[in-house]
Amino acid sequence: MTETAEKPKEIMFAQACNMAMAKAMADDPKVILMGEDIADEQGGGVFKVTLGLSEKFGTDRVRSTPISEQAIVGAAVGSAMVGYKPVAEIMLMNFITVAMDQIVNHAAKLRFMSGGQTSVPLTIRTTTGAGTGLGGQHSDMLEAWLAHVPGLKVVAASNPADAYGLLYSSIMDPNPVIFIENTPGYFVKGPAPAPDHTVPLGKASIPREGTDITLIGYGSSISRCHGAADNLAKDGISCEIVDLRTIAPFDEETVLKSVAKTKAAVVVHEAVKNFGVGAEISSRIHEELFSELKAPVGRVGSGYAPVPFSPAIEKAWMFNQDDIEREVHKILG
Amino acid sequence: MANTDMADKDVLIDIFTRADLIMQSDIKFRQMIGAGQLQIVYYPVRGQEVVSSAMMAAVNKEDYLVTIYRGLHDQLAKGIPSKDLWAEFAGKMAGTCKGKGGPMHITHPETGVMVTTGIVGSGIPIANGLGLASQLDKDGKVTVCCFGDGATNIGAFHEGLNMAQVWKLPVIFLCQNNLYSEHTPMAFATSSDSIKQRGEGLGMRSVQVNGNDASAMYAAAKEAVEYARAGHGPTLIEAMTFRFHGHLLGDTSHYIPKEEMEQAKKDDPMPILRQQLLDLQISEADIAAIEAKNAAIIEEAAQFALDAPYPPGDEYRIDVLDVEIAA
Repeated sequence: MTETAEKPKEIMFAQACNMAMAKAMADDPKVILMGEDIADEQGGGVFKVTLGLSEKFGTDRVRSTPISEQAIVGAAVGSAMVGYKPVAEIMLMNFITVAMDQIVNHAAKLRFMSGGQTSVPLTIRTTTGAGTGLGGQHSDMLEAWLAHVPGLKVVAASNPADAYGLLYSSIMDPNPVIFIENTPGYFVKGPAPAPDHTVPLGKASIPREGTDITLIGYGSSISRCHGAADNLAKDGISCEIVDLRTIAPFDEETVLKSVAKTKAAVVVHEAVKNFGVGAEISSRIHEELFSELKAPVGRVGSGYAPVPFSPAIEKAWMFNQDDIEREVHKILG
Repeated sequence: MANTDMADKDVLIDIFTRADLIMQSDIKFRQMIGAGQLQIVYYPVRGQEVVSSAMMAAVNKEDYLVTIYRGLHDQLAKGIPSKDLWAEFAGKMAGTCKGKGGPMHITHPETGVMVTTGIVGSGIPIANGLGLASQLDKDGKVTVCCFGDGATNIGAFHEGLNMAQVWKLPVIFLCQNNLYSEHTPMAFATSSDSIKQRGEGLGMRSVQVNGNDASAMYAAAKEAVEYARAGHGPTLIEAMTFRFHGHLLGDTSHYIPKEEMEQAKKDDPMPILRQQLLDLQISEADIAAIEAKNAAIIEEAAQFALDAPYPPGDEYRIDVLDVEIAA
């Protein structure tokens, strides 16, 4: 990636991630990157998200690794404990399962189990997402597993500017952060952020204000929420959209304030609906606002099955805009 | 196994001083648990004292250690003050980790003890990260990573050693081969004849040594440390040893053949090392003084652990993240 004097007005999501890492590395010499094929000699990452970074910062700081997810995350944990801010790329989210011991038993717990003597300020970048026929082991959304683990932060951006700001904040955060990217979304364009643009962790945004119902989502669900909101507006339904941006810990204040206003909500995510993030958010809303709600909080997610390969089945399995609209109509009667 | 000359007198005294503290601590823990004064799961270390003591005598306080739940010997040998350690074993606020780690999760960065893990083999990838930091910082530190023979059957061992070798990290992988992974003998569950072979298969400098022989263990440790500090990369040390009191306290070692146990006890490294000191003209009185000093340290630490207050219950909200979590 070369810097040009004239900045483009729109950039792709993948480019935003690249720029965030470049800024973090320029700002702090302790930021290092590790992952499979991430250095330029190996192609700058399978999705080219790290392209140009090893050329700029050297292969000591941008390290291609063996295909060894446990060893990658372990190396990030150990170096994070003694002053580094490592960014480990786990190419696809399903491969995180291989490194779960390092993430759950170590990255998430070492601060606590050491009584605060050590900390693990690492970031794990990983991508996933269905809709492109990658089948059952390359597209799962596993954020609920990770959000269930105390000690981890879980982040998912829905647009390039947020990706830039959130990834930078994740890298600089003193806690372990899982930063979830979206494979089909890498090529989605959006307004370019200013170089000093940051987005704090734990703060949701309201990209669309409305009065009748709140659609709560993150990552790949936000564009569908916008599409649904546009259509519902034609029926005279005014949707407010809350983009969580940080899944754990999520911004309860913004969510509850919005739902207290609209008195109805649907939580939308690409992950399977059952036992998902939507269950936790819906439950928190019910705990706080039950008596004020027009109807129980709705949930939209994908089918309780592995991600299918065949486009025909994948389409049927996957959550979509129609599901959101249907759920809103159901709730508002 | 290579023959080595006897280590210097001062080195052997140093190793004995550490090893005796470990042995007496182990005995005291078992007594107190048996008497109901401590309610903890305990993984005895009797029999493995010399391996750790010789290894840690070859490194500095600033060097890192990553160890496992059977780790009391490693932690004491590395220099964690007994009072802090005992208080943590007892779950007290004055413990190394404010009582939030416990015996299986001892951390004490002041003495370089960075991680004690309860998951077999999982310290290996983390040790690489510490080594990577030292390599990038050029701080000359080495990381000692302890694990048992059983850990070499888990994936993390193979991933971790491969990466350490590819990156030439300053890490010493100390496999304390006590011949049993929990209740399973090595020959039953380990395909290779030695752990050394596995290191060699990964292209790593690998040595096998009688870990119960203080001089041989110290020589192997020193060589590995110098090799790592010189930037040549990691070493796998397979230190042959034995454990006398089972996987965890209460285990009768029924699965260990009687003759094997009897022979191991005849080879108990502690009386052998003590005799070596006597042979080097160190007086019985001098040795007894070391033992008495250790005994006093342990008495004080044990009493301190019993008397110290427990942490307040809401301590659980602290150290989950950098900021306190909500109640």
